[in-house]
Amino acid sequence: MNWSAIAAIYRFEMARFFRTLAQSFLSPVLSTSLYFVVFGTAIGSRIQEVEGVSYGAFIVPGLIMLSVVMLAISNASFGIYFPKFLGTIYELLSAPVNFIEIVIGYVGAAATKSLFVGLVILVTATFFVDIRIEHPFAMAAFLILSCLSFSLLGFIVGIWASNFEQISLVPQLVVTPLIFLGGTFYSISMLPPVWQTITLFNPVVYLISGFRWSFYGLADVPIGFSLLAILVFTGTCLAVIGWIFKTGWRIRS
Amino acid sequence: MTTILSIRDLRKSYADGFEALKGVSLDIEQGEILALLGPNGAGKTTLISTVCGITTPTSGTVTVGGHDIQTEFRAARRMIGLVPQEIALEPFEKVWNTVRFSRGLFGYGSDNARIEEILRKLSLWDKRKNAIKELSGGMKRRVLIAKALAHEPRVLFLDEPTAGVDVELRKDMWEIVAELKQAGVTIILTTHYIEEAEAIADRVGVIDKGELRLVQDKNTLMAQMGKKQIEVMLADPIQAIPDSLVVHNLTLNGNGDSLVYTYDTHADRTGITTLLNDVAQAGLVLRDVQTRQSSLEEIFVNLVSGEPA
Repeated sequence: MNWSAIAAIYRFEMARFFRTLAQSFLSPVLSTSLYFVVFGTAIGSRIQEVEGVSYGAFIVPGLIMLSVVMLAISNASFGIYFPKFLGTIYELLSAPVNFIEIVIGYVGAAATKSLFVGLVILVTATFFVDIRIEHPFAMAAFLILSCLSFSLLGFIVGIWASNFEQISLVPQLVVTPLIFLGGTFYSISMLPPVWQTITLFNPVVYLISGFRWSFYGLADVPIGFSLLAILVFTGTCLAVIGWIFKTGWRIRS
Repeated sequence: MTTILSIRDLRKSYADGFEALKGVSLDIEQGEILALLGPNGAGKTTLISTVCGITTPTSGTVTVGGHDIQTEFRAARRMIGLVPQEIALEPFEKVWNTVRFSRGLFGYGSDNARIEEILRKLSLWDKRKNAIKELSGGMKRRVLIAKALAHEPRVLFLDEPTAGVDVELRKDMWEIVAELKQAGVTIILTTHYIEEAEAIADRVGVIDKGELRLVQDKNTLMAQMGKKQIEVMLADPIQAIPDSLVVHNLTLNGNGDSLVYTYDTHADRTGITTLLNDVAQAGLVLRDVQTRQSSLEEIFVNLVSGEPA
């Protein structure tokens, strides 16, 4: 294992994060605060409690996931797309590193950044609503796994993309609808029965349900399913990345 | 001499059927400077990219210091440094950090003294805290070299190192290359500038349409394949070549004050003595005599166009 290469990539990516601290840190905090002001306080005050939890507190896990997932994808996709775009990928390809080391470096950094932002949002939320975390270890595990798995997805997007438009395509056209329809702002028990069934095909439902369970013990789907879903998703992303590096798809001619 | 880089029957075909390399074999000795000449699209960059691991070969083997580039890629790549043709750098990164990054990527810890030595050698020390985007084109090229040298490679590939740089910087590059050779680094460079190969290379390889047409010691190549010309300057201009000299196939220069004789340097008899005797016999008075050898450029053009030099 070339640990020094992993450290170099990780440090390089984190340096980018600190260079653009305002973008990386302030904007998710601001947008989440706005969500709390609008949905939590303004509208939320007129919505009754969801299974004993105030609406403002109910949406906290979903909001954290929303930001974490989007950031993980954008950080990881930009992280690997930038070297492709600038041409600096030549150095990565000619260095004594294998694909596992490259992935650990880029995905590790992207996951760290999104984890950091997720924690900041959690802290921000405590200023607006009362939060309780019933299963802190499960909460940490879900959060870390989500950061990792969506960073892996972002890495795939970054390798696949051949221009900047394509990078924003997947988060905007695929992930955003899945998150919004995945129970971020509601419990799926609020939906008509047909939609409850259709919703179960949305993988994000399992993620948000599991994460919300770790806070309030409330789940739309059994917690075991949630865990299985995120593990399967992580495994699939890893398999795709393994195939990309084996074949050199879009990186090595 | 020890062979440091050995390429055997290297082939690279793309999905569209284009054969970029058609069975290239080449041995490079430790400490030498080899210049690869060839027109655009000849396969120079593909050859370098394949050896460095950026492109996957279709078939053939490459070993660096005895390490196969595919089965022992870590050991092989650690020995290689690559300076790419295009300036490819992260614009917002600082010079020091980007060199440290390269060193880390190749498995070495951050050695401040070593990085300082490299930056000083390349006159980048004063710019170490600058972001790349603040540097001039020439400085960026130096940063690329610094990055390639960060892990102390034994073999350095320079892909068109002086393409688009001014004369002064080109001379600087040649000096850097000479210093690296002094330090025992083996250098393979591709170039469009034949004068560059002529000035700094020990051996010259000519690659065209994916095939290595020739690899030869530069001086031998020039001696073997070069035509030589002797120009006889006359004290008094003449209107036409005297009949007694027609047999020598001379050309009379513009204003009639010099005769040019072309001969083959490796012929048994060059015919110079006879020519000079005949010139004296014809009553012409010599002012000066000059010889001129064909440049690598002429040799190269002849090789690539498929005609004998």
